[in-house]
Amino acid sequence: MNVVSSGTQPVRIEQDVVLARQTTRKLAQDCGMRLIDLTKLVTAVSELARNTMVYGGGGDMDWEVLDDGTRKGVRLTFRDEGPGIPDLKLAMTDGWTSGGGLGLGLTGARRLVEDFELDTEPGKGTRVTIARWT
Amino acid sequence: MERIPILQMGAYLLVTIQVDMHDQLAMTLQDDLSEKISKTSARGVLIDISALDMVDSFIGRMIGTISGLSRIMDAETVLVGMQPAVAITLVELGMTLPGVSTALNVERGMRLLQDRVSSS
Repeated sequence: MNVVSSGTQPVRIEQDVVLARQTTRKLAQDCGMRLIDLTKLVTAVSELARNTMVYGGGGDMDWEVLDDGTRKGVRLTFRDEGPGIPDLKLAMTDGWTSGGGLGLGLTGARRLVEDFELDTEPGKGTRVTIARWT
Repeated sequence: MERIPILQMGAYLLVTIQVDMHDQLAMTLQDDLSEKISKTSARGVLIDISALDMVDSFIGRMIGTISGLSRIMDAETVLVGMQPAVAITLVELGMTLPGVSTALNVERGMRLLQDRVSSS
């Protein structure tokens, strides 16, 4: 698999969530992703970037445009050094929230993408990687 | 401070969201709308999201809250113009916006509001 291009941007304040969505939209458009797939990816990014900002205390988003020879993809990694997720099983339950939200962010984001990977360690931080392909 | 404008047309309030909303902007809209409903005694609120290319759980929740609180304040809310890709994504995300009235476009939304208000 080839990484065509990559970069990093901060996810610390509310406006960064908007910028994360805009970056993702542009990357997905450049890959020729279908509108419906692009919308799902951008929505997942919005949920995860908000989690990074609100629960992770801020962090970064790494972006990569991938090419596996037959299709292109966009992969995003959200990294923070926040408190981590103490009970992952609970956090991956629809409707459960540790904050004031609806509890759809993490589980919803997983449904909206093709690749989803989550690493978390209490006290160390959380890293979520997602991808969608054309 | 950045705000989304709320227009009054007779007994109705019109909101057209045309910017990529950050969370604070959504919260401000919620507050502004409840204040405006109370100040103008509006009977209906029409929210046009045809320019929104994404609705996530935060915006979805804001829409639900606006709809609920306007009902408590004796006003009806209709959400119009949701793009198909946005609707599909929202359902997949797990949000079906229960209790929120929707219409395909502004014209139908306005008619729905008028029917509701005149029959109540």
